[in-house]
Amino acid sequence: MPVIQVQSPGMFSTVQDLGRWGYGPLGVSPSGAADPIALRIGNVLAGNAESAAALEMTLLGGAFMFPDGGIVALTGSDFGPSIDGTSIPMWTACKVRPGQTLRTGPTRSGARCYLCVAGGIAVKLLLGSASTHILTGLGGFEGRQLKKGDVLKIGEDPVGRQRTIDSDLQAAIAPRRTLRATIGPQTDWFSPASVRRFYESAYMVTEESNRMGLRLEGAELETPHSGQMTSEGVSLGAIQVPAGGKPIILFVEQGTTGGYPKIANIIAADMPSVGQLRPRDDIRFEFVTPEAARAIDIAQHRLLGEFARR
Amino acid sequence: MTIFQYASDQSLMVYLGEEINLDTHHRVLKLLRLLEAEPIPGVRNLHPAYNSILIVFDPVEQDHATIERIVRGYLDRLEAVVLAPPRVVEIPVVYDGPDLKDVAELHGMMPERVIELHSSARYVVYFVGFVPGFAYLGGLPKELATPRLTTPRKLVPKGSVAIGGTHTGVYPFDTPGGWRLIGKTPIEIFDPDRAELSRLLIGDEVRFTPIACP
Repeated sequence: MPVIQVQSPGMFSTVQDLGRWGYGPLGVSPSGAADPIALRIGNVLAGNAESAAALEMTLLGGAFMFPDGGIVALTGSDFGPSIDGTSIPMWTACKVRPGQTLRTGPTRSGARCYLCVAGGIAVKLLLGSASTHILTGLGGFEGRQLKKGDVLKIGEDPVGRQRTIDSDLQAAIAPRRTLRATIGPQTDWFSPASVRRFYESAYMVTEESNRMGLRLEGAELETPHSGQMTSEGVSLGAIQVPAGGKPIILFVEQGTTGGYPKIANIIAADMPSVGQLRPRDDIRFEFVTPEAARAIDIAQHRLLGEFARR
Repeated sequence: MTIFQYASDQSLMVYLGEEINLDTHHRVLKLLRLLEAEPIPGVRNLHPAYNSILIVFDPVEQDHATIERIVRGYLDRLEAVVLAPPRVVEIPVVYDGPDLKDVAELHGMMPERVIELHSSARYVVYFVGFVPGFAYLGGLPKELATPRLTTPRKLVPKGSVAIGGTHTGVYPFDTPGGWRLIGKTPIEIFDPDRAELSRLLIGDEVRFTPIACP
């Protein structure tokens, strides 16, 4: 079986796919790619099924040697990829010859870059998914981030033809800094003034942000019931406001339940953009109605579906 | 009694009661069983809790109104759902946690009495949430109810048996946590190699058995 040798892992690199769905009653959150659109497109470019497992690199990429060669596609943020010193383009399938090394560096745009390989990355599936859940050490490659010397197996998934992406689609999926949000389950617990403040203020992503959640710095919000409530299921992209009034965006490795009031919820179509936010990035929120959110979700789904079928 | 609440563009919250008690828990469990036995198309995940279930769905395939309509149909049949008798799970505990003395002092009792009370009660798993396998147990003797730590620990060791407010539980992984640690279990709570994955499942009856250091 062909392999990838990890010469340097980068800052924080994990194996991810589209997540582990349906295990909420066991407390298992889906995990999966932080920017699933980049992962899906990268897989299609490489000739894989959209949901194949790939490497998710964070802020700083690593170096990967392909003793047997392979076909790669890098998507997401531009980590300045090169093969044996020659730059290669992002969003394009590229051939790596046996013994060549793919290098990626510091990000030139957002937080995450995906390295998709024709055939996928082969790891033992946990509950039907290759995704790594870092907090619990479950799934992925030995349940952890990659380290130097790791050897990843390239999968034997059927590989179709490689593909290209046009600039229109790339523009349409460009990560947003203004995240659209609907009401959340406790929006009416907050004063109208607090809700207005939330939508009118700029927030900064703090260093204390990861795949579980993004902590924001900015206008503090008045916290209803001193931030306490009966624990209940929480949605991906929920914006909870604990005591202290600083909002937290719940992300892919979220707890399945939580006990803080939620002022808003980022719409599904904008969650991949959250995966590209870096510490110190400034963001804003834009209120949309449930009907508008659904229309945006459906439009994005059609766009990606048309690309995958082409 | 039942309230439907929009939670996000891809989730609908169903509240099944106001109080945290066995009646509400049984309504949650019965609705969960119906949702599992007769899955609604497009539903991707279920997050049961004390008095609610969050239904997560694909926003392209499904919408809130359709799910609410189907769930209302399930609610009409709720009384007819017969729950299987609860599984009884025994958790062996070494009662030597770092907060055992504090808990005893807060209640003006000896640590031995805390152990006696904690290990003589029967608990019910209201739900499993937060992290894989973390069971929120109801049934803590009133004398043992203890406020959470004011500053949560950054790391609670895996296997810790703890009291938080009126609940008790076992930490399945090294995680941050604010509950008071009274002991430790040597058994694996969440084991991906076991068929049932989580030792504790929603609806289980749980007993803690004191053991000497294993």
